[in-house]
Amino acid sequence: MLLRLVPEKTDIKFLGMRKVAIALSIMLIIASIILFFSRGLNYGIDFKGGMNLFMQSTSGPADIARIRSISADNAIGEVKVKEFGTNTDVVISIELQPGDAKAQSDALVAVRTALTTAMPELKFQSSEGIGAQVSGELKRDGVIAVSIAVLAVLIYIWFRFEWQFGLGAVIALAHDVLLTIGFFSISGLEFNLSIIAALLTIVGYSLNDTVVVYDRVRENVRKFRKMVMEDVLDLSLNQTLARTVMTSVTTLVALFALFFLGGEVIRGFTAAMIWGVAVGTYSSVFVASPMLLVFKLRREALLMDDDKNDPTVDKSKLTPFDHV
Amino acid sequence: MLTFPRWKVLMILGVVLLGILTSLPNFLSEKQREALPSFMPEQTLALGLDLQGGVYLLFEAKTEDVIATRLTNLSEQVRDISLTEGRRRDIPRDQRVTFSGIKVQDNSVVFRLRNPELVDGAREKLAPFIQAQVGTNAFGAAGATEIELTHEGAEFRLELTEQGILIQQREAIARSMEVIRRRVDPDGVKEISLKPSGSNRIILEVPGAENPQELIDIIGKTAKLSFHDVDSNLSPEDIEAERFNKSRYSKVQMKEGGYIVIHNREIVSGDDLTDAKPSFDQSGQPAVAFTFNTSGSKRFGNHTAKNIGRPFAIKLDDEVISAPRIIGAILGGSGQITNMGTTADAQELATLLKSGALPVELTVETQKTVGPDMGQEGVDKGKLAAVIGFVGVVIYMIFSYGRFGIAANMALITNLILIMGALSVFQATLTLPGIAGIVLTIGMAVDANVLIFERIREEQRNGRKPFQAVEQGYGQAFSTIMDANITTFIAAAVLYMLGSGPVQGFAVTLAVGILTSMFTAILLTRLILTSWLKRARPTTLPI
Repeated sequence: MLLRLVPEKTDIKFLGMRKVAIALSIMLIIASIILFFSRGLNYGIDFKGGMNLFMQSTSGPADIARIRSISADNAIGEVKVKEFGTNTDVVISIELQPGDAKAQSDALVAVRTALTTAMPELKFQSSEGIGAQVSGELKRDGVIAVSIAVLAVLIYIWFRFEWQFGLGAVIALAHDVLLTIGFFSISGLEFNLSIIAALLTIVGYSLNDTVVVYDRVRENVRKFRKMVMEDVLDLSLNQTLARTVMTSVTTLVALFALFFLGGEVIRGFTAAMIWGVAVGTYSSVFVASPMLLVFKLRREALLMDDDKNDPTVDKSKLTPFDHV
Repeated sequence: MLTFPRWKVLMILGVVLLGILTSLPNFLSEKQREALPSFMPEQTLALGLDLQGGVYLLFEAKTEDVIATRLTNLSEQVRDISLTEGRRRDIPRDQRVTFSGIKVQDNSVVFRLRNPELVDGAREKLAPFIQAQVGTNAFGAAGATEIELTHEGAEFRLELTEQGILIQQREAIARSMEVIRRRVDPDGVKEISLKPSGSNRIILEVPGAENPQELIDIIGKTAKLSFHDVDSNLSPEDIEAERFNKSRYSKVQMKEGGYIVIHNREIVSGDDLTDAKPSFDQSGQPAVAFTFNTSGSKRFGNHTAKNIGRPFAIKLDDEVISAPRIIGAILGGSGQITNMGTTADAQELATLLKSGALPVELTVETQKTVGPDMGQEGVDKGKLAAVIGFVGVVIYMIFSYGRFGIAANMALITNLILIMGALSVFQATLTLPGIAGIVLTIGMAVDANVLIFERIREEQRNGRKPFQAVEQGYGQAFSTIMDANITTFIAAAVLYMLGSGPVQGFAVTLAVGILTSMFTAILLTRLILTSWLKRARPTTLPI
């Protein structure tokens, strides 16, 4: 007997829940925006400049207080010392130093030397330092990257489907990105360059999910020409539900393996991805599909295309495997 | 019916074989790799610095300095023309082409022709400047005009062209990279990586290095060496009060303390050196022995021959190291820099001189250092996560789809082999986020198969026969798979184009993973499943 997470035949009225779902999403989006402007993000040095020094204590838990006082004596401004994954690993974050680039690397050397001299049990692991100019550019490039990706996707879907689909998908994407930013604001997880990568992957993943549902919607609109649009959407969501859940679970299995075993360096990244997969799955069912109703998708728009030229139309009677 | 043309089968098997061959070196020891026949690929995965440990440095070059230096030299050259002409005795004073008010303004040198009637003569004198070309094009012919000459009446302007400036800046970056290479890796044994980034940045990666400061220190030294005439007629009070012609002379710090006034023009510079090595002077103190090239030794010989008894200054960066008196003409083209301090100082200066001066000042904008343990830890953890994630997905697929799941798992394994092979062949750098990309691909690669299998289930429920259900499943799911993968691919492409460093590494593995998974999930599983169907001819599909 094979494992089935979703029963063979489901008949869930997804669209019936759309008012609640949309209200919930709007609330969460507003909350995320408020959080972003009030609490802000815990930017990593990629985006705000400064230095991180990673050390490991070879003799039991690291003495954070002592590390903090030694580090603070050798650098200007605020110095934060935190455990990094385990209680033997620490990360020492040093603010961007006043002055030129040399002031940065001098401070890094001073702290590293002072620490290894005063506390020989500390072993150097890694360090990174980023100047003010580069960090500003990275931030700008990150925003551009996410915007371009969303725009490119809008154009692609518009081209492949109808404008309602394109707009619906982009609203779902914006929903996912905003909620992920809200998640980073409230969790205080570090927002760095790899989170931008995570955001773009979430964009890709969520879209993947949305496109699968949309594909089925288009197919059903053509197949069941008498059915009301709401029922067509519900039917499509139910038909793709098994796949939606399966794929989410396999992706989450891989992501959780990374989260727990991949080490501290990529933990923030995988946390973002796990959140994104959950939100992305939710949004393709409860945001992207209702949007088609909101934008009043009309059956005629989809029927106007020449069915023969469309690979989603059942062509099995013509030439099987022609599309591969 | 479910038939694969023979060429298609061969093609699929060929791709799989290619994947196995190209990924094979990663599973062999170095010795075994060397023993491979020459037609076999030997490249292994190129690990990023975060996985193998090392130092990453991003330098920003002050390329505007290149232009400033060029303009100063240009104004000196114009002054030289004017001076030489002014000393001519063969023509009346008012017929000599001389200039006044020579100064640098924006990207130009501006000056006034003393006798406005001699415009043609002046143009002739200045012609060599505008004929000079900089850079070369792809065919080795000269590139752009460097300087444009314009004048309004007697007001002349020599302007650096925009293209000329660009080419010079690009060349300054290229020369800087060469200097960095010679300083960091004088013997060419370390596998350092140097590449330009944008118009004025350089990225240096030194695998295995642990101390970024050592690198920054040796690279940060401009080591600009030059020999100058000294104004020896000045009293200490004159120097103190700066009573000298400031447009042509400068006050410079002496290494042993105090100041000295030297002529701005270089007699010879570090660029004219062919060799430099540590040595000892007559009194046994550390020194650096150097040799000039032909033109350098000629100029140095001429100067020393004409100025016996006068001192000359040896300037390094902003400091005069020594100012010996010329005892006799130095014609051999070699000499010694004394006053070195320790032998280590002498050794360092010799390396710096031999590598040449940095044409521009470099500042460190980003530095990352990963200790060797940390890198190994990254590899170990990444491997573990990949294996656990992989095993988890494999088990889950078997439980969910049975025999079909096994086919999907075979595709998954092939997919990993293909990714590894592609990354090895193209030498794409594998970073920690890159490993995350692969693990993520594992999760998402099965998506295509999930789509197909769910569709097959559906078709079977709708009463189709096994063969037809499989046929329909693959056919109907295809466009969905294409749409879904193209959109993810768009995201990966944007990441690659706009991202930097680790983000790009992630984008590469994600994009490669999408391409290979399309192949394995669609073609390979179908080949496996149809050959099974044809042999077993089941009445219902076990799915």
